[in-house]
Amino acid sequence: MDIRAGIAAGNKRAAARLITMIENGEPEAVEIIKENYDKIGTARIIGVTGPPGAGKSTVTDKLAKLLRKQGKKVAIIAVDPTSPFSGGAILGDRIRMSDLNTDEGVFIRSMGTRGALGGLSKSVNGAIKVMDILGCDYIFVETVGVGQSEIDIVKVADTVLMVMVPGLGDDIQAIKAGIMEIGDVFAVNKSDREGAEKTATEIELMLDLNGNTEYRPPVKNIIAKDNKGIEELWEAIEKHHEYMISSGNFNKRRQKAIETEILEIFKQNLLDKIERLEKKGEYLSDLTKKVFNKQIDPYTAAQELSSILSKEGGI
Amino acid sequence: MNRPIRVLVAKPGLDGHDRGAKVVARAMRDAGMEVIYTGLRQTPEQIAEAAIQEDVDCVAMSILSGAHNYLFPKVVQLLKEKGGEDILVIGGGVIPEEDIPGLKEAGIAEIFTPGTPTSVTIEFIKNNIKRN
Ligand code: B12
Ligand SMILES: Nc1nc2c(ncn2[C@@H]2O[C@H](COP(=O)(O)OP(=O)(O)OP(=O)(O)O)[C@@H](O)[C@H]2O)c(=O)[nH]1
Ligand SMILES: [Mg+2]
Repeated sequence: MDIRAGIAAGNKRAAARLITMIENGEPEAVEIIKENYDKIGTARIIGVTGPPGAGKSTVTDKLAKLLRKQGKKVAIIAVDPTSPFSGGAILGDRIRMSDLNTDEGVFIRSMGTRGALGGLSKSVNGAIKVMDILGCDYIFVETVGVGQSEIDIVKVADTVLMVMVPGLGDDIQAIKAGIMEIGDVFAVNKSDREGAEKTATEIELMLDLNGNTEYRPPVKNIIAKDNKGIEELWEAIEKHHEYMISSGNFNKRRQKAIETEILEIFKQNLLDKIERLEKKGEYLSDLTKKVFNKQIDPYTAAQELSSILSKEGGI
Repeated sequence: MNRPIRVLVAKPGLDGHDRGAKVVARAMRDAGMEVIYTGLRQTPEQIAEAAIQEDVDCVAMSILSGAHNYLFPKVVQLLKEKGGEDILVIGGGVIPEEDIPGLKEAGIAEIFTPGTPTSVTIEFIKNNIKRN
């Protein structure tokens, strides 16, 4: 398959293969992204996060359908956890999106976290770029079910939709504060259930404490499975976007995201170099042995590693 | 490169028996594969399209209702049309012995009937996917 020609023609099969190449760390994928970089930056990226089973996939499905009615091209990246034991994963988010499968204007991709701890996969950034190149207007990124500190979604999304549900325990504190703070728009899904109003109030109270006077995240009660409240929810997402643009925060957030990305690529490149270095001689394992035998300390070892690395140059 | 094999596990048609598909999906995960599980009642069109978007190495379908002779070959045909002719297609479930040669002729690489240990399926996938 000629990936380049396929990408140029907007072919889904080629795009799908390119995402696989990114996930598997094939250098050729980076080259293709580089060649197409001028096509990047037009898509809006919406993060969908929240506790396990809250209805993230169902909400995403409904929002995507709403946008399809407006003729927009939509992509969805859905992340589920990889088993740390086997390295395998069951990626089940598509179950809730079945009838989007055959819609020409929708591209859905499931990803395992493959060891990443922030609620995403480290290839999400690359997958977003592929979908952007393909001309998608909106890209939804569904995180794994969050609970502790999975907040990497703020690093990639323009708007973070936090999907909550009634009865998460006695209070919202069950979800750690750090996670609640990243929500730009809150949805209380499953509002057909008891306690939905109470949950919404609890979120409002928590937002009172945050005290950002310029922008206050709205809280919307929805019933995603019945498509109730979805239009109002979308309006709230649009309002957040308008605020981000008019306040100049949109560009600030994107710049921050780019900075994070550069540093991450840099770190990864460095780690790759060390790996290649290790194939030439067992520098790292020798240093490890030395530290273990208390001949040197880890700080000195790291310094030595960097000087070996700069001596070896362009590995 | 340590690349996990990606498999789409699908239940085509109206058949609601999903135990076997779930057992097989879990075994594949435990063998280090990335399994995209699409749930019940999928049309061949939905299955083929999902397989393309997910860029899977293998499509694994489960049918216990008796509709395999139509649904399995239909998925193979749609995959071909969409440029996915290099995807390995296998099937399982309650499938009479006499139907198996016809299904193989239609492009289903192997059929796994009740009682097959999941380890057999996993070995088969590992040995027969067309990409490495
Ligand atoms: C449990 C069961 C049910 C449960 C299903 C629960 C569920 N959620 O799955 C319930 C009670 C709901 C049910 C309902 C019905 N059932 Co029923 N059911 C069975 C039964 C007894 C066992 C199936 C099972 O779960 N086995 C355990 C799993 C682990 O095994 P398995 O699915 O065969 O999978 C193994 C292999 O086949 C293979 N495999 C399977 N799929 C795949 C896929 C891949 C990719 C691979 C590699 C391997 C593979 O690997 C697995 C592990 O070895 C079978 C009889 C039988 N002994 O098979 C009848 C049977 C399948 N049912 C049958 C019927 C007719 C029905 C009903 C129509 C009954 C009715 N009149 O209402 C309904 C229809 C339900 C529906 N909506 O489709 C018939 C089907 C007849 C046919 N094919 O012509 C059977 C064969 C019984 C019979 N002898 O008549 N059923
Ligand atoms: N009662 C009720 N159930 C809902 C609603 N929306 C979704 N569900 C159900 O909640 C369950 C989980 O929905 P998903 O959309 O898969 O949730 P998720 O947050 O994506 O789940 P994970 O990705 O596994 O964390 C499914 O059984 C849905 O049918 C709703 O508004 N009300
Ligand atoms: Mg989900």
